[in-house]
Amino acid sequence: MMGRRMMNASGKIERRNFLKISVAAGGGLLIGFHFPGISQFASAQATAGTFMPNAFVRIGTDERITVIVNHSEMGQGVYTSLPMLLADELDADWTKVGYESAPVDPKYNHPAFGMQMTGGSSSVWSGLEQFRQAGAAARAMLVAAAAQQWKVDASSCRTENGAVLNGSNRLTYGQLVNTAAKLPPPEKVQLKDPKTFKLIGKPIKRLDTPDKLNGKAVFGIDVKLPGMLTAVIARPPIFGAKMKSFDDSRARSMLGVRKIAAIPAGVAVIADTFWQAKMAREAVRVEWDDGAMHDFSTAQMMQDFRERAKTPGTSVRNDGDATAALANATKKITAVYEVPYLSHLMMEPLNCTVDLRADSCEVWTGSQFQTVDRANAAKVAGLPNEKVQLHTTFLGGGFGRRANPHSDFVVEAVQVAKAAGAPVKVIWTREDDMAGGWYRPAFLHAIEGGLDASGNAVSWRSRLVGQSIMAGTPFAAMMMKGKNYDPASVEGVDDLPYSIPNVAVESHQAEVNVPVQWLRSVGHSHTAFAVECFVDELAALAQKDPYQFRRALLQKQPHHLGVLDLAAQKAGWDKPLPKGMGRGIAVHFAFGSYSAHVVEVSVSDGNVRVHKMVCAIDCGQYVNPGIIAAQTESGAIFGASAALMQELTFANGRLQQTNFNTFPVLRMNECPVIETHILESQEKSGGIGEPGVPCAAPAIANAIFAATGKRIRRLPIRMTEAV
Amino acid sequence: MIAFSVNGNRVELDVDPSTPLLWVIRENLGLTGTKYGCGMAQCGACTVHINGEAVRSCVAPVSRASGKAVTTIEGLSPDLSNPLQRAWLEEDVPQCGYCQSGQLMSAAVLLREKPKPTDDDIDQAMTGNICRCGTYPRIRRAIHRAAEMTAKGGAQ
Repeated sequence: MMGRRMMNASGKIERRNFLKISVAAGGGLLIGFHFPGISQFASAQATAGTFMPNAFVRIGTDERITVIVNHSEMGQGVYTSLPMLLADELDADWTKVGYESAPVDPKYNHPAFGMQMTGGSSSVWSGLEQFRQAGAAARAMLVAAAAQQWKVDASSCRTENGAVLNGSNRLTYGQLVNTAAKLPPPEKVQLKDPKTFKLIGKPIKRLDTPDKLNGKAVFGIDVKLPGMLTAVIARPPIFGAKMKSFDDSRARSMLGVRKIAAIPAGVAVIADTFWQAKMAREAVRVEWDDGAMHDFSTAQMMQDFRERAKTPGTSVRNDGDATAALANATKKITAVYEVPYLSHLMMEPLNCTVDLRADSCEVWTGSQFQTVDRANAAKVAGLPNEKVQLHTTFLGGGFGRRANPHSDFVVEAVQVAKAAGAPVKVIWTREDDMAGGWYRPAFLHAIEGGLDASGNAVSWRSRLVGQSIMAGTPFAAMMMKGKNYDPASVEGVDDLPYSIPNVAVESHQAEVNVPVQWLRSVGHSHTAFAVECFVDELAALAQKDPYQFRRALLQKQPHHLGVLDLAAQKAGWDKPLPKGMGRGIAVHFAFGSYSAHVVEVSVSDGNVRVHKMVCAIDCGQYVNPGIIAAQTESGAIFGASAALMQELTFANGRLQQTNFNTFPVLRMNECPVIETHILESQEKSGGIGEPGVPCAAPAIANAIFAATGKRIRRLPIRMTEAV
Repeated sequence: MIAFSVNGNRVELDVDPSTPLLWVIRENLGLTGTKYGCGMAQCGACTVHINGEAVRSCVAPVSRASGKAVTTIEGLSPDLSNPLQRAWLEEDVPQCGYCQSGQLMSAAVLLREKPKPTDDDIDQAMTGNICRCGTYPRIRRAIHRAAEMTAKGGAQ
């Protein structure tokens, strides 16, 4: 497969593969060192001809307004929604507004979580005050600058579309940059009356779209540095396996190969290009000590989970006496729901570029966890944090994977850089990415419920078995807050919203050496499936309509009712469907927002087809309804993909799925019609990146029941397993 | 030496002819708009045109381009003026954006062959392009919109 080796007289390999391009300069083939959207500065600072009133905005004499965004753009629209907040308070000319990713600095820490990161569907609600304040403060300084020039009172000035006005006087923000830069920042500013918002609340088009339509957007995998090498890593084939030895005698002499070295993460194969590195890796023979996980199988693990669920777990919630109420119930039902390990499967496989020098280290990657990643990179580099710069590129999807508590993909890239002795980009193949761990944990929910003689739900006991995401991370203490269970395991069932007098929730923490992590909607990705399917089963047991049954149990939950009613009404819940079709419903609260789905499916010859998903969302006061619709659709499709087709399984310690062919996602021809209906609300803002996910699986499963009379209790959905 | 044209520019490369075109485009030519997603023609992120045909460049050896005309996302239009790019802007299609180069390149071939595509045509032409963010509904709308623009005399 590899081309001929080119040797010179001293036996060294020449870099003969590189190109001779006969193309005019400016023909679009030049390799740039400027990355649009990524901060070029050690810390975002004012430069000549600019005014930087605070950490979040820079205004140029050219009228450009650059908003420095402390959250990562991974598709959820923060490079638009956060600038909108700032620009609205600033009365900026929106056509002049741009964005830049923030460098790593405590001033860019997440206001609620105390570190620089993107996750938990929290960027907009946590940035609301921060970005509005920053815009208002900048505006106040520009007004003060104009007032000074005109020798008028600042209160007699107004602002509009990027300019300060007073009577017939008008100065643009660009014209005020130099005066404003000399003024002190205001101590306190007045925020706008929401009635006067010009941008907030409107479906403003995303700022990052143009660069995503012409190849200009720079993702981590696109970063290129002068003299940069590319590496792939041979990682252990089984979690916990250790390298015994490796033989690189054939690979070492392959074209373009620069170095092959053992590193803590495995064996790094470093070459001029990705393809050379990948081909050489195939020629490296590694002997592994398979370790304790050599016979691990998910089939056996789930069997163990089933056994464990027969015993009481750690109490998470205990209202009334669920056990006694179950014993006295007129009708009872028991169901066991199971969900598998899942891969985040971002379109852009993991990658990280590192330029490590004696006294500095620069890292380029699509990170969701800047503070943690920089600190972990610094530790491996043997440098203090301040000597490490981390540049956040666009993320080709994140879904939680790029917020790894151990910074796995950053740490190993720094390890590779130490071996490479040159700037290096580590690229994971799709197969590497899928086998690399940090999955959504597999879970089992055993639920028992009981009804009284009138068909009222009187008892509910949920018992969960699954791995903790938090245990073993630096966040365990903070997130678990002294609890002896992981809140991320039980979120979405510990706050069961239904008025049932006797509720018990118990958790069993499984110890399995498969690395697990948060995946879009985290615990809600499985708790909503179990809870909303079981409510449906109770409704059937009570011979009641599943929508009305929920309504009756949610009378004290106006927000749940709001989205439930909206989805049911928009979907035409009572309208009959053709034979073979069914309609299912689900409602769930997660990340500060309420969501309900009504889904229509058909089932024929064991094949499930999702035709339509009607989604209602209540995320309180919202910033950009266009982005909210996009995220709600995105969440529905993400949830439907998991429900219909995704599962990671292990046999003999080895992952059995490798790529999109064995771990599929919904494609265009399988994508249902999706409607999003946003509930108008003036209440506190909630999240939007994740709340659209949880309802998809239960609404689909419940629709299958409506169509066929069969229950789905295991994901992904297989009609052969329906009961 | 392998010679071909990329976006109208002639290139000559001394490169292993079995190297996938994708990596030659990205690494040797520095055109990073074309993306790697799977390496086995499963996801379509690497879609380019060779002599006008949509090709998954992750599995096409660079030798296949020899003497031919390759078009990448950077060559779709110099200024976002292609009706597909305009429609993508109007429908605000991309989320993370990583797959969109491939989506656009597949859609461009569809519209050339079927200027007024039906939903079934869109399903057929676009099913090889995965979007993990789930922008499919907007892609569908944008393709219909681009077809309308073209029919109304938008230059293509």
